[in-house]
Amino acid sequence: MDSRGLRARTRRWIGLGAVALFVPIIHPNAYHLDVLTSALLYALLALGLNLIVGLTGLLHLGYAAFFAIGAYTYGLLNIHLHCPFWIGLIPAAIVSGLFGAALGMPALRVRGDYLAIVTLGFGEIVRIVLTNLDQVTGGPNGLLGIDHPKFWLPGRGFFDFSVESAPYYYLVLVAVGITAWLCSRLSRSRIGRAWVAIREDELAASCSGIPVLDLKLLAQGCGGAIAGVAGAIFASKQGSITPDSFDFILSVMVLAMVVLGGMGSIRGAIVGALILGTLPEWLRGFDQYRMLIFGLAMMVIIRLRPQGIFGAFQASRRKPATAKEPHARAA
Amino acid sequence: MTSLQVFIQQLANGLTLGSIYALIALGYTMVYGVIQLINFAHGEVFMVGAYATLMLVLLISPLGLPWWVALVVCALGAALVCGALGGLAEQFAYRPIRSAPRLNALITAIGLSFFLQNALMLIFGATDRQFPSVIPFVRWNVGGITLTLMQVIVWASSAALMAGLQALVMRTKLGKAMRATAQDRTACALLGIPVDRVIRLTFVIGSMLAAVGGMLFGMNYGTINFHDGYLTGMKAFTAAVLGGIGNIPGAMVGGLVLGLLEGLGAGYLSSQWKNVFTFLILVALLLFKPTGLLGERVAERA
Repeated sequence: MDSRGLRARTRRWIGLGAVALFVPIIHPNAYHLDVLTSALLYALLALGLNLIVGLTGLLHLGYAAFFAIGAYTYGLLNIHLHCPFWIGLIPAAIVSGLFGAALGMPALRVRGDYLAIVTLGFGEIVRIVLTNLDQVTGGPNGLLGIDHPKFWLPGRGFFDFSVESAPYYYLVLVAVGITAWLCSRLSRSRIGRAWVAIREDELAASCSGIPVLDLKLLAQGCGGAIAGVAGAIFASKQGSITPDSFDFILSVMVLAMVVLGGMGSIRGAIVGALILGTLPEWLRGFDQYRMLIFGLAMMVIIRLRPQGIFGAFQASRRKPATAKEPHARAA
Repeated sequence: MTSLQVFIQQLANGLTLGSIYALIALGYTMVYGVIQLINFAHGEVFMVGAYATLMLVLLISPLGLPWWVALVVCALGAALVCGALGGLAEQFAYRPIRSAPRLNALITAIGLSFFLQNALMLIFGATDRQFPSVIPFVRWNVGGITLTLMQVIVWASSAALMAGLQALVMRTKLGKAMRATAQDRTACALLGIPVDRVIRLTFVIGSMLAAVGGMLFGMNYGTINFHDGYLTGMKAFTAAVLGGIGNIPGAMVGGLVLGLLEGLGAGYLSSQWKNVFTFLILVALLLFKPTGLLGERVAERA
């Protein structure tokens, strides 16, 4: 791609970003803004999972666990140590990232669908532990009274995010912007190209001198850290968190967003999240039928566009895994 | 009760639960064996079976049939409904995307699962539904251990179905075609095996077994709720993996082992931590023996 094309693309993104900035002013509907904020939070999660599933090709079914770990890390630090939100983001990212990598370590012994099942088991374990560890996590009632983020403005004192919608909208928008930028830099770096190489052919990658194990751990760690940040934002926005918010359905939804957007595509992850995140609201007119239609819509979209919305170049080219490839796949 | 009696009582309870898990796990494992799809909608098919049974029970209870006739009618009716559902799901949801990347089928399964779960909620309501008792409450006291007729029926019917399935898979032409399709679909098609029909029948048979599982579940526990399918399906899937996914005797063993572990876990540990226990065992087993208890190295096609 020549530099002019790149510049045109950059300009388009800046344009989109500007439009997004004005949404709360053009359309100051608190409820719609709230829906959009959660869709953007989904986008943050989808960007993180995209590193693991989309780029590196590791099927992960317990991603909600990292979201939960980030949320509880910030929540506990805030409640017990009065840690401010902006500082709490860092331990939330680190702890989730470490859990991501730590889960990656034993899980690397298993591959393919077995990895998916180990991660699924991990996700359930985290949720049940959070539910049952009453003394620390508050059990099924969760953590209450987590502080909202505060801003210090020169001359105006502290600005509390409180329960307004717009500040969180901007907060998540900025987080998505930064994460998308980081992910796009990362995916074009040596590391990103190595991840794609692992996804396409692990044996060939390792023969080319790519440290496959380290890079898989790194992908899971980075994905975990992004979910941790999303979790901390979520906790600060809600003010209270319960284990129910981090169930298997969430992991599955985020995965669906990544696949729908197109595996490995950054804008795909964002668009997939915005579609699936707001679809239940579009369907609100259908009232009680909306989740029914939501399920149908998932099936129809994936059938009409099997490679995902922006996934023209990768996943579709792979052969379906019908043939046995014992040599290529054996550990 | 002595501690030995408690232990055996928990074993009996666990065996009941395990038999139901095993019946559902068979559907997961058969489908996985043939087309390597984790059929997330299978737990919902199981729930459809439970609700179909409920409707049948309400329908035929005025006739005053002997309980065992009613039981057979319910089993056949539920199996018919679920078998049709499984066949239709294969034809309209999974077949069109069979050549697409494998994750797409997973997403389709998840979409179908949402669809079925919400359809059940819309039709039957979100509250628990009482299951009228079909089977008379008979209990025996065997050396201090209580056994009910219900438990014995669960054991006997699942044992019979599993034996029947094993015979079908190992002895009949259809079973041979299934095993061949699992090994190499392209070669099967070249040899004139109607691969599409074999795959559809795999879905149908798996769904029928889940239907019976749903019937026994409803009759055994007395109440059903539209989202029971999720956790039970997940446990059954765990059981399938525990035994070695894609492996039919493995699903039976996995179901029974999981049921027994849960029975003992609920009896000796707190029942809150029972589910952690289940998943910890799953994760530990996968790490040390990734192919499951009975799995051979068939599942390398990741």
